[in-house]
Amino acid sequence: MEAIRDTLARPWLWSFVGAIGVWLATIIFTGGYGAGGMITAALSLAVFMVIVGVGQMFVITLGPGNVDLSLPANIGLASAVAMTVMNGSDSRIALGLAAALACGAAVGSANYLLIWALRIPPIIATLSASFIIHSIDIAYGRGLQIKPPPGFADFTNLRVLGIPVLALVTVLFTIGAAIALNRMVYGRSVLAIGQNIRAAWLAGVNVGWIRFLTYTLSGTLGGLNGALLAGYFRGANVDIGNEYLLSSIAVVVIGGTSVAGGKANVPGIWGAALFLVLLLTMLNTFGVSAGVRLVVTGLIIVGVITAAGGGKAGR
Amino acid sequence: MTDVAIRGPLPRAGSAARARMLRATLPALSLALVVIAIAWLNPRAISYFGFSLMLNLAIPIALATIAQMFVIAGNELDLSIGTFVGFVGCVTATWLRETPLLGAAILLGSIGVYALLGALIHLRNLPSIVVTLGMSFVWQGLAILVLPTPGGKAPEWLSAIVGFKPPFVPFPIVAALVIALVVHFGLMHTSYGAILRGSGGNPAALGRAGWSLLRVKVTLFALAGLFGVLSGMTLIGITTSGDANIGNGYTLLAIAGVILGGGEFVGGRVSPIGAVLGALTLALAASPLLTFMRIPPDWQVAANGIILIVVLAARVLISRREA
Repeated sequence: MEAIRDTLARPWLWSFVGAIGVWLATIIFTGGYGAGGMITAALSLAVFMVIVGVGQMFVITLGPGNVDLSLPANIGLASAVAMTVMNGSDSRIALGLAAALACGAAVGSANYLLIWALRIPPIIATLSASFIIHSIDIAYGRGLQIKPPPGFADFTNLRVLGIPVLALVTVLFTIGAAIALNRMVYGRSVLAIGQNIRAAWLAGVNVGWIRFLTYTLSGTLGGLNGALLAGYFRGANVDIGNEYLLSSIAVVVIGGTSVAGGKANVPGIWGAALFLVLLLTMLNTFGVSAGVRLVVTGLIIVGVITAAGGGKAGR
Repeated sequence: MTDVAIRGPLPRAGSAARARMLRATLPALSLALVVIAIAWLNPRAISYFGFSLMLNLAIPIALATIAQMFVIAGNELDLSIGTFVGFVGCVTATWLRETPLLGAAILLGSIGVYALLGALIHLRNLPSIVVTLGMSFVWQGLAILVLPTPGGKAPEWLSAIVGFKPPFVPFPIVAALVIALVVHFGLMHTSYGAILRGSGGNPAALGRAGWSLLRVKVTLFALAGLFGVLSGMTLIGITTSGDANIGNGYTLLAIAGVILGGGEFVGGRVSPIGAVLGALTLALAASPLLTFMRIPPDWQVAANGIILIVVLAARVLISRREA
């Protein structure tokens, strides 16, 4: 009984329960048709939310006010950089990926430079940075018609037994992220800063360095996501990252990470990402209008967080 | 902000008071800086007509910023104010014009929804960022349902109020003054205003002193809803027709305005006058200044970011010298 109550007290479990519930509702509606295909499609799209979600999770865990609002602009720019450097040739895939990662890392470190040099809240720093990155992307990436190399596009769409390979790789990556969070000095330092920045500093945590690493990590993952999205959707686009502003925050918090910082959860990000993607699939299957879809999505986000409860983690 | 908290030496009492004074004048300085830049680039813009034109959209932004400020005063954040303004705009351009009673009831009801959200966030101890994130989808969806394609028309009485031309001082400046002073008096000079701000400073102490924290949170969110409604209505009065996406940019603008105005995310430290000045700065810095600087459209968004950074950097320089 105790064990069951402990399990139920974990908010991130509810995101998986929600994902399964939504999936069941949809296949009951379709009479079982397309049940497997729906999971394949959901995994393919959830991957992109998970990648940026992990970066956003580390940032949010740093404490109140820490959030990376530059992700959409960052993703858009990195997608253009990756496609330009790859230039449609299979032999340049690694080079293009490296360029996208470097571009994202540069954005991330620029974010922290602003936070550190101007001592302004990260929300405002990353917001100002995103305006500038967005403009660079418009000027640089407008009318970019370069297709991804066939090998890269195929890889992002590759499936084994109906499971996207990219999803498998991302699962390994999230396991690594969970280990980094819970077992490594870096992750413990992030948690310590989120719980009490002054205490962490007094305990000898190099606060500035850890925060720099965290913003750079989030930027780098945004860059990676941009390259992968351009491969999956077969082309770069200025607006390719727009939906990841709200969804990166949503998956982190629905997944059980505290907005107040100092408490993070990696598996919950997967649950929340699958839940959000499946929810959209369900509403599309039901054939509702765009307005109703938005209202239902919003009410469900509010409903989930209300049901999961905030515990002591209030902002 | 955190670096200051860690390394900043404890200031002496006298210099702390001076720093606080200067801090309060910084938003006005930022605004003056932008106005001077505009005057330097195009002296003709500094006129009754010029200000009326340049500050045209500043009033809805200022009202949305005030709405965000009430939420931030209670240590919460509202990510839905932009789409809420859009929803109010759509209702104003349709129902408020055709069936005024129904329209007014819906707008009052939406303020009620805001109050309920405050209660929900307090009672269940929910992170406001997530709740309002969800609500931003809800308002956007409702706005699309009310007005699927851009259109509708502002009620005549509303256009008349917004188009009012007072002598000597342009209407946007008069309106900004009235908004700033009314909210300043209500929040900074009344006893319940102090309680509202105290809920961000030390909620536990307020609770022990016998104040209902639930009531405080509901009041703050209801005020945010009220000013969101005013923002959406004035916006439609100015633009004369509605669009479901009209307010989307306001969420981030409003947060930036509060912070430019000297507010802080935690601790109940907000300033209504600063918030209005911050909103005016952003409204002026957004397009009029850039047009005069002949910035190509591609780079206007970037210039916005740079201006935000420059103003904040100036603020840091001044406060560092003072400390």
